[in-house]
Amino acid sequence: MTVMQHTPSTSGALIDFSAHASSLEVRDFALRYGDKPALSNLTLRVPRHRVTAFIGPSGCGKSTLLRALNRLHDLNESVSREGSIHLEGQDIHAPEMMVAELRRRVGMVFQVPNPFPMSIYDNVAFGLRLQGRMPKRRVDDVVEWALRSAALWDEVKDRLRASAWSLSGGQQQRLVIARTLAVGPEVLLLDEPASALDPISSLKVEELIRNLKSTLTLVLVTHNMQQAARVSDYTAFLQDGELVEYGPTDTLFTNPRLARTENYITGRMA
Amino acid sequence: MHHWQRSKRKSAGEGPWAWLAAGSVATSLALLALLLGLLAVRGLGHFWPADVALVTLDDGRQLAGRAVKEAPLPGREARERLYRDGNRDVDGDIWEWVALERIQDIAHPEDLVVLERRRWGEFIGRLVAIETASGERFSGDAAWPALKERLAVVEDGRRQIAQLREETIQPLVRRVEAGQASAEDRAALASAQSQVNARQAALPDDTLVLESVGGRSLRQPLTDVVRALQPNAMGPVDKLATWGQGVWRFLSEGPRAANTAGGVWPAIFGTVLMVVLMSIFVMPFGVLAAVYLNEVAHQGRLIRWVRIGVRNLAGVPSIVYGVFGLGVFVYGIGGHLDDWFFASRLPSPTFGTGGLLWASLTLALLTLPVVIVATEEGLARIPESQREGALALGATRTEMLWRVVLPMAMPAMLTGVILAVARAAGEVAPLMLVGVAKMAPQVPLDGEFPFLHLDRKFMHLGYHIFDAAFRSGDVQAAMPLIYATALLLVVVILVLNLTAIFLRHYLRGRHGTLPH
Ligand SMILES: Nc1ncnc2c1ncn2[C@@H]1O[C@H](COP(=O)(O)OP(=O)(O)OP(=O)(O)O)[C@@H](O)[C@H]1O
Ligand SMILES: [Mg+2]
Repeated sequence: MTVMQHTPSTSGALIDFSAHASSLEVRDFALRYGDKPALSNLTLRVPRHRVTAFIGPSGCGKSTLLRALNRLHDLNESVSREGSIHLEGQDIHAPEMMVAELRRRVGMVFQVPNPFPMSIYDNVAFGLRLQGRMPKRRVDDVVEWALRSAALWDEVKDRLRASAWSLSGGQQQRLVIARTLAVGPEVLLLDEPASALDPISSLKVEELIRNLKSTLTLVLVTHNMQQAARVSDYTAFLQDGELVEYGPTDTLFTNPRLARTENYITGRMA
Repeated sequence: MHHWQRSKRKSAGEGPWAWLAAGSVATSLALLALLLGLLAVRGLGHFWPADVALVTLDDGRQLAGRAVKEAPLPGREARERLYRDGNRDVDGDIWEWVALERIQDIAHPEDLVVLERRRWGEFIGRLVAIETASGERFSGDAAWPALKERLAVVEDGRRQIAQLREETIQPLVRRVEAGQASAEDRAALASAQSQVNARQAALPDDTLVLESVGGRSLRQPLTDVVRALQPNAMGPVDKLATWGQGVWRFLSEGPRAANTAGGVWPAIFGTVLMVVLMSIFVMPFGVLAAVYLNEVAHQGRLIRWVRIGVRNLAGVPSIVYGVFGLGVFVYGIGGHLDDWFFASRLPSPTFGTGGLLWASLTLALLTLPVVIVATEEGLARIPESQREGALALGATRTEMLWRVVLPMAMPAMLTGVILAVARAAGEVAPLMLVGVAKMAPQVPLDGEFPFLHLDRKFMHLGYHIFDAAFRSGDVQAAMPLIYATALLLVVVILVLNLTAIFLRHYLRGRHGTLPH
């Protein structure tokens, strides 16, 4: 069964999503910063429990698209948009959609690790505590579970009360992922999560991403083609705010339909 | 620590610029050291029981006193020296200029006494005898030990009377003044009053027979004597102990003799309490205003103008705030409060006159811009990524503010308060309009309900300096105390600031500094 109904002329081969339903669905989406268009005519589906990578030259709108997925643009008064985005069939801009609730369901990890100036424990418990008081035992359990899921538990279990800023950059990034996991998201958006890290930390984060996709839908923005090839199942190539080509990662990398895609990939791979 | 790893910083501006810059810093530091040194030497030196010189002049006349300064004699190649010789009641003043060439001999005989008195200032001369009310007379060598002993009795009795006044009489008097006294209260007051009178009468009613070195004799009631010393007979240890005692009295007692003598305790207390109250008032207002300007308001032209306005408020002269406080707080709000809640006490005003509350509010207003600007700068320094991190976890904007932004801005807020304290603690002009008093021996915090008396007038170190310098009859005599008070004011501000700085350091230290 072919799920994709809308096929923009520029987009690549029809994607066969038959195995998995889509989690996020972007329809005819466009976004401007003031008068300046950043995204236009964007339609794509993000398959559930898979890793989808967004690649493209700097300034092409990858971060902009990612931030649109959990409405982080709401803060910026100059941003205007068209089209719609659906999470599990629900319009995320619908009035009945609470933005805080949306952001809990669609978590986000940023390029530069941004732990809060609190203890490791408090960082992970931060999102939980926003949801009201709960027994300390339960918070303890969730914190441990989240840190284990982010493959950080063994490194920090003896110093949960230490400042999060005392961790290394790679540990901080995994802490931020743990913090996001603790609120139980369905989708995890990662904006160049490993670009500020050393190669070993970067590999750890990649491994973590691969492990998380059994329970989560992941969207990864990266400039590193090898990384996209290693971890993602699907890849979308964006340029100048438009979706150029979208398909299974191996197809896109080995046999792109468009010359533009091929040029970009081979240029970056070299 | 890895000291050996520290790389040598290349001196950035070698050449004349570096020297100029270093020179400016050195000059500022030297000026600061000079200022503090002057205050410390002049102020603290005042409490040192220096030797008293017995000066014999060429015409055989004698005087006893302490040299203060020297100056050239006008028109001649000679100098004269100023002695502080006390005895205002005998000589009419406490100063004596002596030409150096006329001095024949300077001695330091051990029998010279210095009496600190409630009236007329110091007496310097000789103790001839002490006569008790019962007719006993101690003279010669017996006089000095007898004086010390009797003085101790007087001090003890006086302490008891003061205690009775403070703990029993004053609360009752205030009840009577407020019209709340019962018949029992009145009876208790009368009995306490008669007790005080009895104690007062029981104080040793002795008379000292004194003689100045100039040969004038004088009869001095013992009850007027505060302290008696024979400085020339004291060893360095004794002197040091006396000095410590003098400093302690200065810090712990109330003023005497129209603020030109005695201690400054009520003024220290008033200054600190007012500054603390000011900080408590200014913190929430300043922080909320900064949060509104920086986080909530639409960053349009209006907010830009408001921001410029706030910054300029910081430059408005402080006396203008005093006028505002007087008009709005004292007469406006205070007057209405009196009409509504304290009508029974009218026409004597409760809040309709200057007091601690209005003074701290006025200073809070004065320092508000400083706190707003500092907090805003702190808020602006918080990386956007921290805010987005909180929002991305499902925090509302309010939760983001309370849980992430404000805690991170805490050091900046404290910086604001430090600047505010530094400015407010030294302000005198506006206080003169809104509640500072020349004499208010009653500190505004005591054991009596409601404990903190916001309506009371209070004393302030800065105003105390002004008052002692300009309102007292003899500036020269008050000068050492003015130096001491000025030193104290600097120390109080320093302590207040250090407290805030340590607090800030502690808050920062908990989680390290912001990553850059
Ligand atoms: N807050 C903003 N206000 C105005 N323009 C913006 C803003 N953020 C991004 N842009 C512009 O929108 C376009 C897309 O930016 P975006 O950050 O999405 O690019 P990107 O693909 O993530 O680039 P990079 O790979 O360098 O991170 C760029 O031209 C950028 O200048
Ligand atoms: Mg980006």
